[in-house]
Amino acid sequence: MHMPDGLINAPVSIGAAVIAAGAITVGLKKSKGTLDSQTAPLAGLVAVFIFAFQMMNFPVAAGTSGHLMGGALASILVGPYVAILVMTVVVSLQALVFADGGLSALGLNLLNMGIVSIVVSALLFAGLMKLLPKTRTSIIGVSATVAFISVLASAGAFVFEYSLGGNATYNIASVLISVMSVHVLIGIGEAIITGLTIGAILATRADLVYGARKFLPAQNLVIKASVVQSNV
Amino acid sequence: MSNKKFFLVGLFVSFLVAGFFSFYASSQPDGLEKATAEQGLDVTVIDSPNAEGVLADYGVAGIENERLSGFLGGAIGVAVVGIAGTGIYFWVRTPKSGDIK
Repeated sequence: MHMPDGLINAPVSIGAAVIAAGAITVGLKKSKGTLDSQTAPLAGLVAVFIFAFQMMNFPVAAGTSGHLMGGALASILVGPYVAILVMTVVVSLQALVFADGGLSALGLNLLNMGIVSIVVSALLFAGLMKLLPKTRTSIIGVSATVAFISVLASAGAFVFEYSLGGNATYNIASVLISVMSVHVLIGIGEAIITGLTIGAILATRADLVYGARKFLPAQNLVIKASVVQSNV
Repeated sequence: MSNKKFFLVGLFVSFLVAGFFSFYASSQPDGLEKATAEQGLDVTVIDSPNAEGVLADYGVAGIENERLSGFLGGAIGVAVVGIAGTGIYFWVRTPKSGDIK
């Protein structure tokens, strides 16, 4: 999903960079001092985890691979505002240090893999959890669903940006079909990895999962109480 | 599971994936590369200015052994992202009540 340089023209790339910069500024403002001493370390760890899993390309069809994007995972684990910082760190370092994703395309990549995927994930997660029973199973299922949709949203954002400023000659309908069909498969991978990761963390430290905290309050209290007791 | 143990397990899994398992990752083009090539959109693509960089493509330039090069690239990546991630940690954590505000 990392866009190279030259695919999309300068005006659209600059426009994307401006939107991304605005969203990052909001992320910085809204996330400052929001996580307590228990949950704050997770913010950095999520960045490392997503970076690592983005290296793990899995085959999706003949001659094609995909990898975790992580926007949904970050959004559910640490909340959308901190997630913007997490994805900014990951995607920027990939472009600057590892030449994965172009430099003039950095704004576009931050927008698609970070902001679009996080905003869609956060809204959809909140909406679906309203409708479903507040159980672990729901949280895992919703996480996987949201992850799947987030990949389609990122892919859709790319097609939209290409329709605004694509440098080559193209047929937008056939670009849409080509990009979306392969990302349906990649989205399934995203759903599996996100669901498994959220499931594993819910089983060990449910109190760390931002998206679950509101719905599993009793358990949260039990964990905190046991910590207090052991300190006495 | 304690915070420390959880954190160490997460870091260790990330290190294993980036340093070791990534060697077995698919090297086929990813979805976007594949789709843009299929549609003939890749003709305008230009190399990133740092495409020849020391750590380009998650390997270390000059190291012939792919496994070693990929291991070092992954390990350096985890370290670099870890350092930047620590920055996020200090930014988002609630100041302790004793801290100077």
